[in-house]
Amino acid sequence: MADDEGFYVELSPNPTRFESVSKVTNVFFDEVNKQVFAVRSGGATGVVVKGPDEKTSISFRMEDKGDVISIKLSNDMKVLAVQRSQKTVEFINLSEGTDTNEYSQSCKGKTTRIIGFNWTYLNEIVFITDHGIEFYQVIPEKKILKTLKTVNISVNWFVFLPESSLLLLSSTTLGNVLQPFYFKGGTLLRLPKFEVDLPVTPKPPKLCLLERDVTMSNIYGQVYIIVLRHQQRGHANMGAEVVLYQLQKESPAKKTDVLRLNMSGRFALNVVDNLIVVHHQASKTSMIFDIKLGGESHDGYVTYHLPVLAPLPIKPFKLKITGLHVPTHTQTTEISCELYSPNWIVFQPDIVIDAKLGCLWHVHLKLEPLVTMIPDKTRLVDFLLLRSECKMVILSVCKQALVPGHQCKLSTISVVFDKLNQVYRNYLEMESQAGQADLGIVRGKKRSQAVIDQADMYTHVFSVFVDNKDVKHKFIVAVLMEYIRSLNQFQIPVQHFLYELVINTLVQNNFFYQLHQFLQYHVLSDSKPLACLMLSLESVYTPAHQLALDMLKRLSTANEEIVEVLLSKHQVLTALRFIRSVGQIDTVSARKFLEAAQTTEDKMLFYTVFKFFEERNLRLRGHPRFVPGEHCEEYVRHFESTFGSESLMVPMVTS
Amino acid sequence: MTNRSCITLYNFFVYNSNFGPREGEEHKKILFFHPADTNIDTKIKAVGLSEAVVKFTETFSDKPCDALHTQKTRQVFLQPEKDFWMVMTVTIPKSETEKDGQTHIEYHEDDVQDSVYGAVLKQAYNMFKLFMGPFTSILKLTNVQHLMQRLDHFFPRYLQTLRLGQADIMEVHNGIQFLPLDKNTYLRIQCFINLIEATFSQVKYTAFLYNDQLVWSGLEQDDMRILYKYLTTSLFPTALESEMCRESPKSGGPLPPITSSSHFGKYVTGPQNLNDSNNLGKIPHIYVNTDTRYEELNLIAYRALSATVCLMVEPTSIPGFEWYKKIDAFLGPQLSTLASDISEQYSKRASLPSDQQFKYIYFNHMNLAQKTTIHNRKTLSAIISPEIVRLIADINASFVKTEDDAETVMKTVSDCWVVGKKSDQREFYVVINQKNANLIEINGKYNHMMVT
Repeated sequence: MADDEGFYVELSPNPTRFESVSKVTNVFFDEVNKQVFAVRSGGATGVVVKGPDEKTSISFRMEDKGDVISIKLSNDMKVLAVQRSQKTVEFINLSEGTDTNEYSQSCKGKTTRIIGFNWTYLNEIVFITDHGIEFYQVIPEKKILKTLKTVNISVNWFVFLPESSLLLLSSTTLGNVLQPFYFKGGTLLRLPKFEVDLPVTPKPPKLCLLERDVTMSNIYGQVYIIVLRHQQRGHANMGAEVVLYQLQKESPAKKTDVLRLNMSGRFALNVVDNLIVVHHQASKTSMIFDIKLGGESHDGYVTYHLPVLAPLPIKPFKLKITGLHVPTHTQTTEISCELYSPNWIVFQPDIVIDAKLGCLWHVHLKLEPLVTMIPDKTRLVDFLLLRSECKMVILSVCKQALVPGHQCKLSTISVVFDKLNQVYRNYLEMESQAGQADLGIVRGKKRSQAVIDQADMYTHVFSVFVDNKDVKHKFIVAVLMEYIRSLNQFQIPVQHFLYELVINTLVQNNFFYQLHQFLQYHVLSDSKPLACLMLSLESVYTPAHQLALDMLKRLSTANEEIVEVLLSKHQVLTALRFIRSVGQIDTVSARKFLEAAQTTEDKMLFYTVFKFFEERNLRLRGHPRFVPGEHCEEYVRHFESTFGSESLMVPMVTS
Repeated sequence: MTNRSCITLYNFFVYNSNFGPREGEEHKKILFFHPADTNIDTKIKAVGLSEAVVKFTETFSDKPCDALHTQKTRQVFLQPEKDFWMVMTVTIPKSETEKDGQTHIEYHEDDVQDSVYGAVLKQAYNMFKLFMGPFTSILKLTNVQHLMQRLDHFFPRYLQTLRLGQADIMEVHNGIQFLPLDKNTYLRIQCFINLIEATFSQVKYTAFLYNDQLVWSGLEQDDMRILYKYLTTSLFPTALESEMCRESPKSGGPLPPITSSSHFGKYVTGPQNLNDSNNLGKIPHIYVNTDTRYEELNLIAYRALSATVCLMVEPTSIPGFEWYKKIDAFLGPQLSTLASDISEQYSKRASLPSDQQFKYIYFNHMNLAQKTTIHNRKTLSAIISPEIVRLIADINASFVKTEDDAETVMKTVSDCWVVGKKSDQREFYVVINQKNANLIEINGKYNHMMVT
């Protein structure tokens, strides 16, 4: 594991392999379906499509009709769109197998040039031309396209965000006026345009904002337009920065965040797990930014962020190359890949492609090494709580924070617990709202890993921690109380196993008086299991018995248990008095009481109890005798032999 | 009723018969005797009588002798440690009546209750033990002379503070008043204490009080019981008094300068002025867990508004003046906020209607929790007639004799009803002042009270 440390960004272990770019092979990538197309000899010797999984990976042949500019499959992979000229896009229906007849669609206008195209929805396709947008519906059966809408606007370049069906066009001479469009089921919605401020305006004006410096991404559920600015306004030597514009529905996108890179040169951006990862080619390092992790704001509108951590290289990647002809493991050779290679192309959100090597990776975040890299535990937990695969890492952070070596201050632990329980509380609230209202809405939503509940803490943190002999028991109790305090503060009901842990820790260290005080203030909430636990402690701490009884009485659902406890202590009269006070005299079993009274060998007591039930019988049935179902024959005999049968109550003859 | 004299302390002595077993060496048995100016013969006689009584009564009972009744005095006995006896004699109140020109003296024996004065004696021992340690431990560590010095050092001053006339059932229960608090505030206090102990490792135990009410004790129950008594009857009242003297500026005089710190915390025991590093102030030593670990600790009390934190620190690890400053900087602000939060909750509770027709005393044997509405909160003296207070102590004395639950209903000559009940380790006494009520009504009323 040692070589794992010191890297927080890595490439996915199993990259998608494809035929590398060569004289005969051209490689294309479709951001919509995340498919790599390797087109050999213009398609004549085959087109190999590699998608994220088996289903999206196919291969086929097509006629070589010239160099391919762009190639993309429809969402259902039934229609292939190929652009071979600046004017036209050709279509092939793949589902029909042998049918290789192409049909085509040209863009409108004589001087119009197609910049690119994208499938937006099942059979809907958009052409982006230098004169605007042409939106078509493909009808494969008829092999024709139907115009849905056209928009006229001068376009320099465009960016498409498939998961949000958003298209961003660059217009005007400077290129800094950005016009977003939103596609939804055959319709096209124009959103308010906005202007990106430029560091310097050249004279005469020329295109300043370039396609490679603009990306779109979803970060924390919001769409952002991410603009790389190589030079800060007015500070030529301050290094580059990244400006985030948050897309708005009703108003122009709003500049919200600025990421300070403090470096200059070529950069590439990925968004991984809501983090913005900025790769810097010259230094061969990457840095991560988290827009939710604070930052400073001068005007209250724009927040300036520094990298979460110092820039570090991506973890070195070794590519396994298996001998094609000898499929044995021994033939596997590993080659180190060049990181930050000039052959790299980066796509959103997290894709890195090395076209020469024929590899497609996803950029991953490694959370474990971050644990030691962020010394401030509260900041670390803030950061981790925002990550998707955080649960085990957070739990290990908690575990580490409690044991000697890396033990944190109690005040820090307290803050961390509050942070965890805030998320836990929000989840519970959402869950209960979902329970009341529409079940469907939230059920589909997976529980976030950041929700760390009491069972998680118990299993992974506390149960290990309390058994650690190196931890002072005082500290153990303090930590558990801190956790219980935090739960209470967020109005989360504490589960029994935590109480049990507290009690056991207190008992093992003979802190009975402390335990007593906790019970007194109802820090440990009443419950039957807790009462039973207390009963079991009577031999080591006498008042535990009464505490347990009091708790059972408060619960008011444990009358039977109370009677059992009292009878086991031979407190027969107290038990009778209790049962009378709760009005259950008529239903209790006489045998139980008589048995308990007999075992005390206290004749007077037995007499009293016996008479008590005789009276009950008289009241309930009109005669003092016990009925066979009560199984009291033994005690009637015992009564007769002790006191004589004449002592039995004589039923009054009324008739 | 004519003027009755007060109950006064007649004598108070500590002896150990093993120290002067031979004739002529009787004076060696006496470890402490009050009044000090008693001549030696009287002292020896008093000890001798007490020895005789103890020996004599041993033939009748396994339990040692509790008290000796005489017409004019009452003597209570206590053997707190093996062979060590403590004896206290108090005078019986008397009243003089003129009858046919003759002065007639009547002694009111019933005014003095064994259980109450037995408890006073026991309390005296406990206090000594808290500040000086147990007799046998002192002996083991030093010698008889030293033990006598300590007794001489402690008791004369302690005995002066006894308020024998006001001793009542409260002495017998010797309970602790707890502050009613909601769970969240309690947990905050609890965690605050944990934080103190984690931050300042020198602190071995901590207790938290609000006014005279206990919230948390890290000490064991028995030790806390004694410490609580000391804090509430001695330390806090004197601290408050000296504060009053200091803080009331002479009229027309300059107002006291407002301190730079933004909190209200200050040491009750410990440095009084944090700018004067030469004066660490008076810090009491206490001895706790004397049966087990035998720990000697320094008691540092720190107060902000109405909240007091008692830090018990090992004397060997007592750090210098800087430590006190650090503690002050740490405790002051946090304790001030806690105290004002508690006071907010406290005032809400206090504003509940309190026009109850009855007065009560509650005592829980398990946690020593005690509540009373028959005593003045400040002065702790009873606010109802002494006869009724004595009646409660009598009922209590009868409860002690039995293990079982019990209930007693009594009516006084003045048409006042007193109900006492003992069950589930708790004692509850109610005084109902209702004219012409009958037993059934009172019982009904009482039961109603128990339900609510």
